[in-house]
Amino acid sequence: MIDLGLFREIFQSLNKNKLRTLLSGFTVAFAIMLFTILFGIANGFQNTFNNEFAGDANNSIFINSGRTSKAVEGYQTGRKIQFDNKLYNTLKEEFNDDIEFITGRVYKNVTASFGTEKSNYSVRAVNPDHQFIEKSEMFSGRFINPLDLQNNTKNIVIGNLVVEDLFGDIDPIGKYLDLNKIKFKIVGVFVERTEGSDSNEARIIYMPISTAQKIYGNNDFIDQINLTYNPALSENEAIAFGNKIVDKIKDIFFVSKNDQSAVRARNRARENQEINQFNGVLAILVLIIGMGTLVAGIVGISNIMIFIVKERTKEIGIRKALGAPPNSIILIIILESVFITAIAGYIGLLIGGAVLNSFNLEEYWITDPGVSKSLVVAATITLVIAGTLAGYIPAKRAASIKPIVALRDE
Amino acid sequence: MLKINNLHKSYKMGESSLHVLKGIDLHVDKGEMVAIMGSSGSGKSTLLNIIGILDELDSGEYILDGIEIKDLNEKKAAQYRNKFLGFVFQSFNLINFKNALENVALPLYYQGLKRRERQEKAMFHLDKVGLKDWSLHLPNELSGGQKQRVAIARALASEPKLLLADEPTGALDSATSHEIMQFLQQLNNEGKTILIVTHEEDISLMCKRIVRLKDGVIMEDKKIKQNILL
Repeated sequence: MIDLGLFREIFQSLNKNKLRTLLSGFTVAFAIMLFTILFGIANGFQNTFNNEFAGDANNSIFINSGRTSKAVEGYQTGRKIQFDNKLYNTLKEEFNDDIEFITGRVYKNVTASFGTEKSNYSVRAVNPDHQFIEKSEMFSGRFINPLDLQNNTKNIVIGNLVVEDLFGDIDPIGKYLDLNKIKFKIVGVFVERTEGSDSNEARIIYMPISTAQKIYGNNDFIDQINLTYNPALSENEAIAFGNKIVDKIKDIFFVSKNDQSAVRARNRARENQEINQFNGVLAILVLIIGMGTLVAGIVGISNIMIFIVKERTKEIGIRKALGAPPNSIILIIILESVFITAIAGYIGLLIGGAVLNSFNLEEYWITDPGVSKSLVVAATITLVIAGTLAGYIPAKRAASIKPIVALRDE
Repeated sequence: MLKINNLHKSYKMGESSLHVLKGIDLHVDKGEMVAIMGSSGSGKSTLLNIIGILDELDSGEYILDGIEIKDLNEKKAAQYRNKFLGFVFQSFNLINFKNALENVALPLYYQGLKRRERQEKAMFHLDKVGLKDWSLHLPNELSGGQKQRVAIARALASEPKLLLADEPTGALDSATSHEIMQFLQQLNNEGKTILIVTHEEDISLMCKRIVRLKDGVIMEDKKIKQNILL
C-alpha cells in the first residue's frame, strides 16, 4: 500500500523531529561526501594519466639510438648507433605478425616562409603509417602516402598552427611552402587536439622520409623508429615483444645486451601496466575507505532508527491497536530510513561534487575530477540498499512490539 | 455479540506461572453497556486485552460477532481490531504529532479509505463529540476531557461493533468524568455496545450491568438500574 498517505506520514514524523533527522542524516551525508571527494580525486589521477599520452596510440613503442656504454667483442664504448632503412626493413619483415604500424622518423629544423610570413619549424620525415601511430587527425587534404615515398615527392603535410602562423585565412592546400629555400607542395593539414600540454605538436611539418633522406643527407639514416604492436597482444606479451625487438637491434649492431644507452625503447605496454596497477591500487583504496565510511554511516542510521523505534513504541502500539498491519509498521520505519539515507546521501554527493569543482587541482596531477552519471546512479542504488539495511533491524523490532506492552509503556 | 466460555489465561513469571483468569464465562448482547469491576490484580485488564484481541487466550472460547477469535496471525488480528473494535484508554493514547482530525482519521487510513473520504468521516465523528472547531489542534492544545472525546471519536470512526473503554475516566476530574460518561450513555442509547473497565463504583452505576471480578473469577454478574446522567 504505497500511497501518498504513507509519504505524508513519513514527512510528518521527520518534520516533527527535525534535530533527530538532521543528526542521523549527517553521518551518511558526511560518508558520501568523503567518498565522492576520494573517488573524484582518484578519477582525476586517471584522467591525468590518460591525457598525458592522449596524443599517441596507446600500443606504441618508440625506439631511439644513442652511444654504446659497454665495450663488447672488440668494439669500444662511445660508439654511435645509427638506424637506417635496412634496419627498418629487417624489423618490418621479421616482426610482421606483431607489428600493426611502423614508421621511421628523420628530424630536421627548417625556416619556412610563405609570402612575407616566415617562421622556424620542426620537420618530421616519416612513413605513411605515422599518421596512425601519432593519431594525426586530418583537417583537409591527405597524409603522406606510399607514392610520395616511391617518387621522393616534395609534398608536405602541415599542422593547423602552421596554417595559422603563415597562411591566416588562405586555404593552404596546393600552395607551395618554402623550407630552407626549397619549395614543397602542401597536400594536407592535420589538427592536433591534445590541449594545453604542448602546442608544438600542431606546428610540425611532415614530409616523406625518402625525400628528407635524399635532400638533407643523401643517405638512408633514420633517427627514430616508431611502431605500434598488434593490439591483440596482452600487456605482458607486448612487453616481451618490445624486449625482443630491442634485443634484435642490439644483435644487429653488436651491442651488449646490458647496454642501456645504445638502444632505448619506450614501450606504452609497460607504462600502461604501471598506470593500471597504480589505478587499481588507488581504486581499491578508495573503495575500502568509501565502504568503511558508508558502513559507519549505515550503523549510525541504524542506531538512531533503533532509538526512534524505542521512542515511538507507544505510537506504534496505538497504531497496532487501531488496526495497523505489521507490514505497514515495517514499511514506515524502512521508508523513513531510506528517505533519510537517500536525501542525506545526495546532499553529501552535491557537497562533495561542489568541493571537487571549486578547487583547481591541475597542479597536483588531478585533471577534471568529476563524478560520472553512472556513479550517481550506483550511489542511489547503494543508498537505497544502505537505508533498507539500516532500517531493517529496527523495523523488525518495531513490528514485533506487542500492542499491550506498548500501550502500557509510559 | 460477544461470547466467552471457560476462558483461562496465565502469565509466565520466570519459573512459576501466574494464573490470572480462571474460567471466565461472559455473554454480552448487542446494545448492552457493561461495567467490568475489580480491584487491581483481579484480572479485569487482562480480560479486556483478550476481548480487544491485544492478547491471546490460553484455553476456552471467545466468539466475537459470530467469529471465533483463535490463533490469529498479527495481520488478521490487526484487521479484526480495526473492523470490530474501538478502543478508549485511560491515558487517551492520542498520537501527539497529529492533530485531532488526523488522529480520528487514522483507523480509516488502515481501512484503506481515500484521503477525502477519511477526512469527511473523521470530521463527522469529531462533530459528533462536539469538537469540530478543534479539528486542527494538536492533542497538547486540548484539555483532558477534549482529548478523551477525540479518542472516543477515533474509536467510533471505524464504526466498530464493540466499544472497549479501559478506565476512560481514570485521568479526569469528576465533572469531566460525568461529561464523558454521559456521552457514552448517549452512544449506548443509539445502539452501540460498550464495555467499560473501571474500579470506580459511581462509574459502574452509570452502566446497565456490572460484572465483578476477583482473583480471576467472576464473583457477581447483575443487571442494574442505570444511573442516567442528564
